[in-house]
Amino acid sequence: MTHKENFLVGIFDDEDVLLHAVENIRDKGVKIKEVFSPFPVHGLDDALGYKRSRLPIAAFLFGMTGTTLGLFTQIWMLGYDWPMIIGGKNYASIPPFIPVTFEFTVLLSAFGMVGTFLIVSDMKPYKWPRQYDIRSTNDKHVMAIDLGANKISKDEIQRILKDNGASEVNEKSF
Amino acid sequence: MHDTHTISDEKYEFKSATRSKLFMLFGAGLLLFVIGVFMAMSAGEGGEHGEHASTEISKSLVASVDLQESHEGAAEAHHGTAPWLKRIFTTLWMNNVFFTGLGIIGLFFIAIQFAAQAGWSAGVKRIPLAMGHWIPIAGVLTLVLWFVVKGDVFHWTHAGLYDKGSADYDKVLDGKSGFFFWPMAAGSFPIFFILRMVIFFGLWYLFFTWIKKEMLAEDMDGSLEHWHTSRKLSAIFLIIFGVTSSVAAWDWVMSIDTHWFSTMTGWYLFASWWVTGLAMITFIVASLKEAGYLKVVNSNHLHDLGKFIFAFSIFWTYIWFSQFMLIFYANIPEETVYFIQRRTVAPYSWIFFANLFLNFVLPFLLFMTRDAKRQISMLKVVCPIVIIGHWFDHFNMITPGVMKGEGGIGLLEIGMGLMFLAAFLLVTLSSLAKFPLVPKHDPMMEESLGHHI
Repeated sequence: MTHKENFLVGIFDDEDVLLHAVENIRDKGVKIKEVFSPFPVHGLDDALGYKRSRLPIAAFLFGMTGTTLGLFTQIWMLGYDWPMIIGGKNYASIPPFIPVTFEFTVLLSAFGMVGTFLIVSDMKPYKWPRQYDIRSTNDKHVMAIDLGANKISKDEIQRILKDNGASEVNEKSF
Repeated sequence: MHDTHTISDEKYEFKSATRSKLFMLFGAGLLLFVIGVFMAMSAGEGGEHGEHASTEISKSLVASVDLQESHEGAAEAHHGTAPWLKRIFTTLWMNNVFFTGLGIIGLFFIAIQFAAQAGWSAGVKRIPLAMGHWIPIAGVLTLVLWFVVKGDVFHWTHAGLYDKGSADYDKVLDGKSGFFFWPMAAGSFPIFFILRMVIFFGLWYLFFTWIKKEMLAEDMDGSLEHWHTSRKLSAIFLIIFGVTSSVAAWDWVMSIDTHWFSTMTGWYLFASWWVTGLAMITFIVASLKEAGYLKVVNSNHLHDLGKFIFAFSIFWTYIWFSQFMLIFYANIPEETVYFIQRRTVAPYSWIFFANLFLNFVLPFLLFMTRDAKRQISMLKVVCPIVIIGHWFDHFNMITPGVMKGEGGIGLLEIGMGLMFLAAFLLVTLSSLAKFPLVPKHDPMMEESLGHHI
């Protein structure tokens, strides 16, 4: 470890307070790294200014890969590599291939989405997730602010968090 | 949310300009229809050779696999109606089935919303309610039209088919005769069939009036009791609809190809009706929104309606493919004839493929993204595609069984479709103007206003 990353961790008891705090804090020019909550808070994504996920695009591309692969596999195997007569149909007859192609599409888009999601959320198998405050899995909303990414001083951010209803403000380094 | 009261006072005004536009649409349809009839009549005289050629092709294709064709020669005698008249009968029946579906889907949509306790749809429920007003008209039309078209559209109505001594005797149909003629003798008046028709429309209309009464009474006194009653009625209606829509599909669509049967038909007609109904609801909602009505509806509600169309376009394709796949794989002659007719004979073959393109490929690709479903401009492109696509779907369900190789899609069919469309919209929009556009005391309104996806 060359150098440590320092965070200010604000703890919030109520989701409405949190929601307004997120808006006010961002208005003051403080960059929020991430907010953790024990349950989905409606409108939090918008308040944090998150862009819409591009996961559906990945899903589409993986799905198309599945369609192509599924069709190609069956046409090549049953039509060219080892032609077999099944039910008196042509070797490469499309209708019976459709269900398998469909399943291939679903399989690859599902696996592809899960994989993509794990990678972009930094949840690789060898990676231990950062725990800003264990209570975010129970009854507290936890707001993490990366001090390295903010130009505003630590004391000032601490004051802003307190002003906006944070019940505690802690420091955390990784 | 605080301005709920002002929003709820909205009322749709059926302007005379809209009315005259619809009358013009009806007139245009009538004009096209009349031109189409004359064209078909003259083609019947002049183009005798061409038609015979196509009939011969279809006969040779079908004769090898279908029993029915073996007595086609004898059946010709009582199928002696001129092709142009047969085309009119067919298109009348086809449009009637199509628009009956749109009407009943209006009620079905509402029933689903109540039964599922859906909140998002509170603001749009009055549009399907207005569409439901077509049900009584469809009931009368179906009953009257059936007696007009039965000789040509419904092969099984001919008495000779059930007479062992007759040259037309058909063992297969005789075996099925109880389904039509019970408790009377086969070949007489199809009392069971007519009874079903009357009972189905009777039940549909009854539940429509009951649910409508509760929905409108809620506007007056705001009692929660109406919502609970509607929910109970909806649940009962859904069970009834499950059975009746399926049997209606056998009666009104499958019995045209009398020898053919498919266990998927009930689902198939329902899937087609349902997605068309959704497209019609969405199109009307989008148009009203564009005209400045429906302040309670925002892009989140449009998104949900769009998702419905997207999902059920795929559902329809699934049903289409399931039916095709089973018949293709089993390869039983009396089943495959259905697809041979539709895939190889001239007027139906391009519709067969256009059907998949319009009803699956286009809605699937155009409605895939989130933004597409949230924009009125896109909804107003895709909804008509789906509606027209399923009109073609109905054409291919009904026409080939009646017209064989002589069927076609021309001004006659398009004109009839436009006339029905104009009449349907006239009924829907004039009914919509008779009650508040947005429910005043819907317990789900608050949820609908805060709907966010």
